Order: sequence, then structure tokens, then C-alpha cells
Amino acid sequence: MLHPPAYASLGELLSDALVQWKRETALIEMDRKRLTHAWTYRETKSEVMRVARWLASLDLAPGSRVAILMSNQSRWLVAACALFRRGLVLVPVDYKLSESEQLALLAHAEPSVLVIERPLFERFKKSPPVPHVLVSEAPEGTAGRWEDLPEEDGAEDPALVARSREDAAAIVYSSGTGGTPKGCVLTHDAYLEQLLALMEIFPMRPGHRTFSVLPTNHAIDFMVGFIGPFACGATVVHQRTLRPEFLVSTMRDQKITHIALVPVLLEAFERALDEKLDARPAWQRAALDGLSAINLALTRDKANAAISRRLLPGVHAAFGGHLELVFAGGAFVDRARAERFYELGLPVVIGYGLTECCTVATVNDLRPFRADSVGRPVHGVEVRIDQPGHDGIGEVWIRGRTVMKEYFREPELTATTITPDGWLKTGDLGSLDASEHLRLVGRSKNMIVTAGGKNVYPEDVESALEGSPAEELAVFASGYVWPRARTLTEEVLFAVARVKSGDARAITRWLVDRNRRLPEHKRLASVLVVTETFPRTASMKLKRDVLAETLRTSHEERDLVPLTHPALEARP
Amino acid sequence: MDVTDTLLTLAADRFSRDRSKLRPEDDFFEALEIDSVDAMTLLTAVEEKFGVEIPDYEVQDVRTFSALAAVIGRRI
Repeated sequence: MLHPPAYASLGELLSDALVQWKRETALIEMDRKRLTHAWTYRETKSEVMRVARWLASLDLAPGSRVAILMSNQSRWLVAACALFRRGLVLVPVDYKLSESEQLALLAHAEPSVLVIERPLFERFKKSPPVPHVLVSEAPEGTAGRWEDLPEEDGAEDPALVARSREDAAAIVYSSGTGGTPKGCVLTHDAYLEQLLALMEIFPMRPGHRTFSVLPTNHAIDFMVGFIGPFACGATVVHQRTLRPEFLVSTMRDQKITHIALVPVLLEAFERALDEKLDARPAWQRAALDGLSAINLALTRDKANAAISRRLLPGVHAAFGGHLELVFAGGAFVDRARAERFYELGLPVVIGYGLTECCTVATVNDLRPFRADSVGRPVHGVEVRIDQPGHDGIGEVWIRGRTVMKEYFREPELTATTITPDGWLKTGDLGSLDASEHLRLVGRSKNMIVTAGGKNVYPEDVESALEGSPAEELAVFASGYVWPRARTLTEEVLFAVARVKSGDARAITRWLVDRNRRLPEHKRLASVLVVTETFPRTASMKLKRDVLAETLRTSHEERDLVPLTHPALEARP
Repeated sequence: MDVTDTLLTLAADRFSRDRSKLRPEDDFFEALEIDSVDAMTLLTAVEEKFGVEIPDYEVQDVRTFSALAAVIGRRI
């Protein structure tokens, strides 16, 4: 594998990878059951140089920004390799956001170039404010078409533009598009440090195949589904349609060894497995329990995929038969689920991190496996608990070279998030045990993370609830008001509504109806009706923390009234 | 072929629901009592039935049969 400390930038490292691993397979792309292509590193290099040559022709200053807005596919990585080679800064935009949210991020980032796939480009009602656009999969005759970039014609490769470790490599927007956009400026140093730490714990090699399922703009896929495998000469597999049936067929057909998943997908896998097991006779299920116990005894101190696969071939076949490691990220993983997977010989790596600190700050190194914590700080990262209470719980602070430089163009927000001596205030609550394992218990910030890995900010939901019959209305994350009432996998949003008469019926009906029109992740679980006026500043801004404190002291979570749909209740 | 009508029949068959109780404006998660993973499998059935290919992100905020029919209609 390449040695990250030997490089000054991601551009240098990736350019070397493309040369070093020549004959190994770099990229495989599937579309449903069809193989679109399988490229060696050498073939990938030719593709990269086509794009790099085009970028060179634009005469951009080093450090200019290039946005990539594509679903998971080979060309995402090709474009990224090309822009890093040219000393440009990556702005990965989440393809799952709505087009107005994407436009808002592009307006904030002001990239010089946008690389985009056609269906996403066509969703824009007006052209995005970007001078140069490269569109892939567009019909012939379209201007700025990827397919029209000249093939390598023996011309010299465009030069590698040098960057220093302290220069920005990427500006990654953490979810939450309401309020101030949070563009985390991450340096080459941050990525190379993080890469080194992760390669030490989870080394990959040529022949390993990572399935890139989480969006590549997401910090975890960027590392596990791109930079990591490229540094190690492993293969990255993409599937254009991420529906469960195609996930499993791809895992089997492409012999996937590594995958990063959000917890909701892990749950789907577990359910599919249970359905299969339930269909077996009782003696077989009992035998499986016995084999799981043997497997656990043999792998308690260290995971061993070969042993587990031999003991539990049926279970492993359900995951394609070659899986060695599952990285779970984006949201918190249910402890029992992680333990069950480990018993079945499928180690789930649980870590903790924020976009603000690259990929992970702590990770469970599986030596031994412990699902009760989010692991230990990785190499080069310090974790401390700020102002711990008598139970040792306080806000988790992180410091190290992987912490972002700043929020792009938001100095005030940066100053409230990073202390002058470099500590990143995460807004998460937790404690460290004697062996430096971090346990998370809640959040001190008003947000939830869904099992699908989406960060949802109550302020964003409030704006979708305008025109309610309540005198005043606010949305909260349950965990923000009652921090330890639930686990982090059970967080919900609820509304607080002030109603003059105290009659909850009208507002509840209204919320039930409005809820149906909200996207799933923004839906409210319940409502609390109050009669007291909300605390506000002189400029009438809601004092959210004061209201939360009042709710905490005067109510309990069980006072919330669920917003179940009447139609659902009427069902037998 | 009426897209909405065909879609309703397809959905009713797939999840063993009473076709006569499904209306185009229904939220299919609620009407079929399915979750997002089930909904994805419905999408694959839709692709086979209509002979179209629909990118996942085009349907991520779609909740009603009529809205899904509109997406299919644009691809046919």
C-alpha cells in the first residue's frame, strides 16, 4: 500500500496510485444486473487524464473549486482524481438533496466548475451559477458533454499541480441546509492523516473489493469507498441502482469484501436474514445458534472471516459470501444488532465522527469487538469530555490534524465551533471509560440523525409548518429537551404548540394532515400543547434554549401526544 | 395503457391488498403499509412492468401513486 506520510497532497497520492497499481482493477460499475465496465488502474488513469486535460484548458488558478454532483459511479472518482491532480478543491454535493438545496450550496461555494450527470442537471429549472459545466450521459450535441472529451492521443499528461499539506483539499457541506451553510474546509493534511490512521487498523490490499453505497460526498464513503481502496490498490464497485435486491446480487457477483452502510440498511439486511432463517426447520435454527456460539468463542478476541465463513456458510451466502468487514456510519448503530452480526461472523465497525473532523475521531478496532462504545480515538486524534458531571458525562471535544480548518466563509460560526486552542465542540454528549472507549449518550444540540444517516434540524421543519392554527409553534429534537430519556437510535422530532384555549384537537388534526406531506425524515412524531407564551428576544427571536429548559422542568417525554394518522388507527 | 391504473393494480398484487381500496392520491407507504425498503422493491417491479429505468433519486420524495405515475409517465 502507498504510504500517506510520503505525500504532500491527495493529488500526489492518487496520481501515484494510478501508476503503481497498473494492472489491478480500480473501478467496476454495475447498472442493475448489467456490468457497465471494469477498469484497471491504467484504464482509469486514461479517463482521469481526459478530464484533467479539460480542466487544464480552463486555466483555473490552483485552489479554484470544482463541484461534483453525481450519484455513486466510477466517474465521480475519475473527476475527483482529475481535479486533485490539477491542484483544485473538491466540493462534493449530495445528490439526494432537492434541487433548490443543491443550488443554495452551489451559490455559497461558488465553484468554477460543476461536474454533473444529466438527469440531475435537468432537474434545475434555471442554470446553476457556475462558469464551466461538464455533463455526463447527455445526448449527442449537448454542450460540455463528458463523452466528447478527447481520448488520450499520445499527448503528455497534464501536469500535477503541487499543493501543500495545509492547503484545502475539499469543502464538504454537512447536512442541514437551513440557516448558515456549513462548508467544512478539510486540508490535504487532514485526509492523509486520517488515511494513515484507518489503513493501520483496517488494511486493504489488491483483490479486496469495496462496495460504494453511501453517497460519495459522505465522509465515510469518500474514505472507505475511494481514497482508502485507491491507496491500497483495491477495487471500488458501484451499482447505479441501490435497491436491496441489486445490493445483494452485486455483493455476490462482484465478490464484495468491504462495505460501508447506514444503520437502516444494516437493519434491512438483518430482516432479510431473519426471514430466511424463519423459513428453516427448528432443528436447523438451533444448530445455527450453536454454530454462532462456537464462532463467537473462536473469534472473541479477533475477527476471523475464514473461520466464520466455514462455520456459517448459509448466513454468509446471504451477504454475497465474501464479506469481511462492514463499516457502519452516518448514524448510531443499535448495540444488539452489531453484536448479532459479530456473532454471525460479520464484524461491524462502529465509529464516531463528524464531517468537521474528516471521517472518524474514534473507531472500534475490533481488538476485541465491543458494541457498547463507539471505540477509541484513532491515531493523532485527542478526545476529551468538557465539563463532565459526576457521572463523567459532558460535551465531547475533539482535537487533532483531522479537524477542519474552518467553515467556508463563516468566521463567526467557526469561532463558536472551534476553540482558540483547536478543540472542536461536537455538541454530542458522552463519557470516556478507563480504556479510553467513548460512549455516547445524547446531544446538547437541537438535531436528530435518522437511521438513514440524515441530519435533520428542527428549524428546517418549522419552516415547513408555517400557517398553523397555533398561536406559536416550535419544533424540537426529543433528545435535546430530555437528553437521556431515549437512546440515540430512537430520536424523534416533536412540535410544541401554544394554543390559547388549551384545546389540542385543532392543532393535532392540522399537524397530522401536514405531517403527511412532509418527507419521511422531516416528520413529527408527536406534539405538546401548552398555554404559556414562548420566551423571545427583543427582536422576537425564539429563545430556544430557554424554552427547552422550561419544557424539561415542567414536562416529561410521556406528556407528548403521538401524531398517528387517523386512517392508520382505524385499521384493524 | 393508463399508467396510474396499471400502477395501482401492480401495487395491490405485489403486497396483496384490495385494489378497489387504493386511490391515486393515496400515500402508498400508508395505503400499502410498507416501509421504504419495500417501496424500493415496488420500484423494481414498476421498471419491469413499464420497461423503463428510473434513477433512485427521482423517487426519493415521491409518496403518492399519482406522483409515482407521473415519474413513470415521463420515462415511457
